[in-house]
Amino acid sequence: MSTASKSLLSEYVPSASRYDEMVDDIQIPRPHWRGFLSHLATLPMETMLGRSRFVQEAIASDGVTYNVYADPKGTSRPWELDLLPLILPADEWRSISAAVTQRARLLDAVLADLYGPQQLLAEGLIPPALVFGQRSFLWPAQGITPPGGVFMHIYAADLARSPDGRWWVLADRTRGPSGAGYALQNRMTLSRAFPDSFRELQVEQLAPFFRDFQDSLYRLSPTAGEAPLAVLLTPGPFNETYFEHSFLARYLGFPLVEGQDLVVRGDCVYLKTLRGLRRVHAILRRLDDDFCDPVELRADSALGIPGLLHVIRAGNVLMANALGSAVLETGAFAGFYPALNERLFGEKLAMPSIATWWCGEAPALEYVVTHLDELVIKPAYPSMQMEPVFGHKLDAAGRARLIDRMHRQPHAYVAQEWVRLSHAPTWGNEDGSVVSRATALRVFAVATPNGYTVMPGALTRVAPQEGDVVSMQSGGSSKDTWVLAGRPVARVPLRRPRLGASDVATSAVDIASRVGENLFWMGRYAERCEGLARLLRAALVRVADAAPQSEPALRSLIKVSERLELIHTEEEVAEIASAETVEVPVVVAIETRFVSAVVDPKVAGGLAANVHRLHSCANQVRERMSTDNWHVFNRLPQRLPGPKATVSSALASLDEVMLACVSLAGFAMDDMTRDESWHFLLLGRRLERLAHVTAMVAHVLRLPPAERPDALEWLLEAANSIVTFRARYRRAPELLPVLHLVVFDESNPHAVAFQLRELWLSVERTAAELGREVTGDVIGPLALALRNVRLEGFEPEEGSVLEASCKELADLLGRAARAAVGVSDELQRRFFSHAGTPAPLGQGKARRPSEAWRAARVSKVEKP
Amino acid sequence: MTTRSYVVVHETNYDYEYPVGLSRQIVHLEPRSTSFQTLRAHALRIAPDAEILGTSVDAFGNPVTSLCIEADHDSLSVRAESWVDLTARDYPDDPSTPPWDAVRARLAYQAGRRPNALDLEAARFLFESTRVRNKRELAEWTAACFPPGRPLLVGVRALMQRIHTELRFDPTATTVSTPVMEVFERRRGVCQDFAHLMLSCLRSMGLAARYVSGYLLTRPPPGRPRLVGADASHAWVSVYCPDYGWVDADPTNGVFPSLEHVTLGWGRDYDDVIPLRGVLLGGGDHELEIKVTVAPASDYETIFGERSELMRAL
Repeated sequence: MSTASKSLLSEYVPSASRYDEMVDDIQIPRPHWRGFLSHLATLPMETMLGRSRFVQEAIASDGVTYNVYADPKGTSRPWELDLLPLILPADEWRSISAAVTQRARLLDAVLADLYGPQQLLAEGLIPPALVFGQRSFLWPAQGITPPGGVFMHIYAADLARSPDGRWWVLADRTRGPSGAGYALQNRMTLSRAFPDSFRELQVEQLAPFFRDFQDSLYRLSPTAGEAPLAVLLTPGPFNETYFEHSFLARYLGFPLVEGQDLVVRGDCVYLKTLRGLRRVHAILRRLDDDFCDPVELRADSALGIPGLLHVIRAGNVLMANALGSAVLETGAFAGFYPALNERLFGEKLAMPSIATWWCGEAPALEYVVTHLDELVIKPAYPSMQMEPVFGHKLDAAGRARLIDRMHRQPHAYVAQEWVRLSHAPTWGNEDGSVVSRATALRVFAVATPNGYTVMPGALTRVAPQEGDVVSMQSGGSSKDTWVLAGRPVARVPLRRPRLGASDVATSAVDIASRVGENLFWMGRYAERCEGLARLLRAALVRVADAAPQSEPALRSLIKVSERLELIHTEEEVAEIASAETVEVPVVVAIETRFVSAVVDPKVAGGLAANVHRLHSCANQVRERMSTDNWHVFNRLPQRLPGPKATVSSALASLDEVMLACVSLAGFAMDDMTRDESWHFLLLGRRLERLAHVTAMVAHVLRLPPAERPDALEWLLEAANSIVTFRARYRRAPELLPVLHLVVFDESNPHAVAFQLRELWLSVERTAAELGREVTGDVIGPLALALRNVRLEGFEPEEGSVLEASCKELADLLGRAARAAVGVSDELQRRFFSHAGTPAPLGQGKARRPSEAWRAARVSKVEKP
Repeated sequence: MTTRSYVVVHETNYDYEYPVGLSRQIVHLEPRSTSFQTLRAHALRIAPDAEILGTSVDAFGNPVTSLCIEADHDSLSVRAESWVDLTARDYPDDPSTPPWDAVRARLAYQAGRRPNALDLEAARFLFESTRVRNKRELAEWTAACFPPGRPLLVGVRALMQRIHTELRFDPTATTVSTPVMEVFERRRGVCQDFAHLMLSCLRSMGLAARYVSGYLLTRPPPGRPRLVGADASHAWVSVYCPDYGWVDADPTNGVFPSLEHVTLGWGRDYDDVIPLRGVLLGGGDHELEIKVTVAPASDYETIFGERSELMRAL
């Protein structure tokens, strides 16, 4: 029988010139691997292949991804986890752990000095170039002492083992390293793939490390006695490690937020929720230092929180890690750390950095130039965006160019010894073969009140092929890292295996305003697309049949479309035509104007532009939708024909858009979870339909009496009521029954009265659920006023009374349309932007809402 | 000792297309006091009412005010009025200053050597920054002004003159965001561009130099009255000269400033001392009007038609 262990041992070919993690020089397994190997010996090959499939499926079903910008497969791709763990013995781990603890303490102290007294610079222990020349040294953060004096709450060291078996530090990650979440996810997966050996081998648990981290952040936070609220700040879904951000946020119980979810009021920073502003005490950030506050740092950052530095300076929020900590990411510091540790702590560094030469020192530059073949050249300033250069891979011309560059700007380069990384056995997924690949460890440490504590485990990264480049960006894989405790391990579950009744409760956490805002605009745009599609169809059908009796109707359709900014006005058309000096016959012009309204995204009020806005809003709240619902959104833009559309292709695509919109309405009512944010989707839909129908009816009512009859049929079509009308009356449309159906009939879901009633109910339900007033009393009075309108006034024989009634109703509908805009602004102000919401300290006054918020919102949606 | 008293009124007015709901601004409009400049009085007036979040000193020692407006507003107006006394500066004799290459060597890092405190402070202004580049072309272009062994200030003056004569003052050629290398290629720009170019040249040579933001006294045409708002902000550079201190040089006018340059503050480049920078919510497009008046203190009443409230209060 073929077993996995047999193939591991008999067919495994370790690299001759490298340290092998599993076997020694004569291919005897190292002692700490024997337990695992003897367990594998009991497993048939079939079982191993099954477990390998299990690992891949678990990654797919947990949705573990890593985004690669240049990946032709799309932005996200599955995380790669090797079936075989990397195993390390207890005693070896103790020294690694001690060394990483010591280094974290040193780097934190260096940060405290650089952002404080700068004594180390004054003593000549650090070259000024590495601080003042570094774009990541943030002058605005100089002089700020963070809560508890801790700068670096989480730190990672990239470690490598050289052929002689010694460990070296390859790189320091000080900004807020990625990988701890992936390591945890790897553990969750692999401990299920090998439950028995995991237990028997007494592998160190990871959960206590994360608990310590969470606990320390809470303890260090300036809470002023409040229950601490910590958030995880992400740049957003396009970031390469977004999966990890959302995974860690969930695991630590921190809301996952983007910059726009937070707002500064007074001296504090708040999370915007649908229930109001909640003060944030700690921000675990994955956003680059420079992007965090556009007021004082990079002005072009749309990802940050204006005024955040002011709050930090006031000592009212903890940033993990402190702004400016990225300054130590450069490898150029490595050579200075031994002396710095002696100076600050009177100790030798337990683990050396890989030999490093900063070329800014003349003797170092000289050495580097003469030993280029053995070195890897890197930028001293990470902002240089230069890929590491392996000296031995350069041809003569490349060498000369590099040396010339180094001579001109020596302080911008660092050379590191080229380490031959240790190798470990790696599972070949398809056939069960085992190959030897280069590996490097990322080890994590977090600050606690008793100093740094190290995660007993690591993210082991594996080179994708032969060679020494281990980077997830260049397509590498990863391994779970098993640290053997050498003693019984208390079993701390990573996540509860079964949820209890108390876990099933509905969301107790406040919902971020952004979610409600996007759902609201999604509702508005979906409804707008549907309404526009119906109106445009009514127009294009009449353009297409070109019958003389269609002309009067078409005339009023053109007017209402101009009014809704759906097509350009005649003056604008004339302007465009004269600018392009093209003679356009009038008939063609009308046809072109309506087709453009369907296909041209540059027509601001047109269908294409609104479909794109809808898609962009929906994209922001993807996680709220079922797969089917999302697919309808995702395919929507493709339903529009290209710029060369004809009337008939435009008509065909209008039908498709309309169908898609109807199914979206169905999903909205019947598929989406009805939490607090769902109410905003509904409010958006109702408000938009109210605004659209009232605008159309008011327009028809204001037409000269002779033109009105010709507009009734298209009005019924555009208000989706033509079928009901025909079924009820079986005759050509007349004003009174048409108005009854599209304005007063509370049983018609497309009528104005129906929107007002539903909106009224919706506003009250939302207010009751959120415990906050939603809007002033504007909808109720309008609904009542509409009920009081006398239908008799619209009888044809009434003459002048009829005209007065039309005018009155048009005015009332105009008021309703304005009320829709007003309520929309009010929601924006109260629930989404929290503009004018006084901080709990009492600054700021409530102010009238303004159209500006809407304008700001629209541009935000278009340019996320 | 020669002294002069000046008043500077710097008004900035924004008119917004839509109301702004939230505005946060950092203001660098208070002249700092130096060995040759004393700030006698300063007042900042903001409309609409702003909450002053704090007045402090930034990392480079410049006074800074941060403010916030949380109510809807259609316009923002910031008026800074400052009264300063200048005394004539004593510049060292150019030929008596140390050789520029000795200065460069002194500023370079040497392991195990404790840097002089002033040299260390100067090192803040030794490297690239957002708007100042460190480029081979610039070093080559500058080298003509700095032959080996030449006294520092002889070289600085030569470089200043070279920029003054070879570049054309042309307000239409650049905007506030034009990169310095484009200024260098096109050989035209305004005072801010000339300052950034001179800084780039000096730092490319390994010398420490900082950006100075301030004002220049202009003279009305003979026989014409001085007008309100006829002046502008100005910018020049300052070079670190060991054992003496910092020496200002104005490449736009080809002079070493003395009694007609009022200093606001300094930094690595313009970005460190932008008079008004901030973030708005809403607003749409805006129109911006900046009016600067620099005048002998005694002329205030003639120009503005009334006595200064600020001076009356003192």
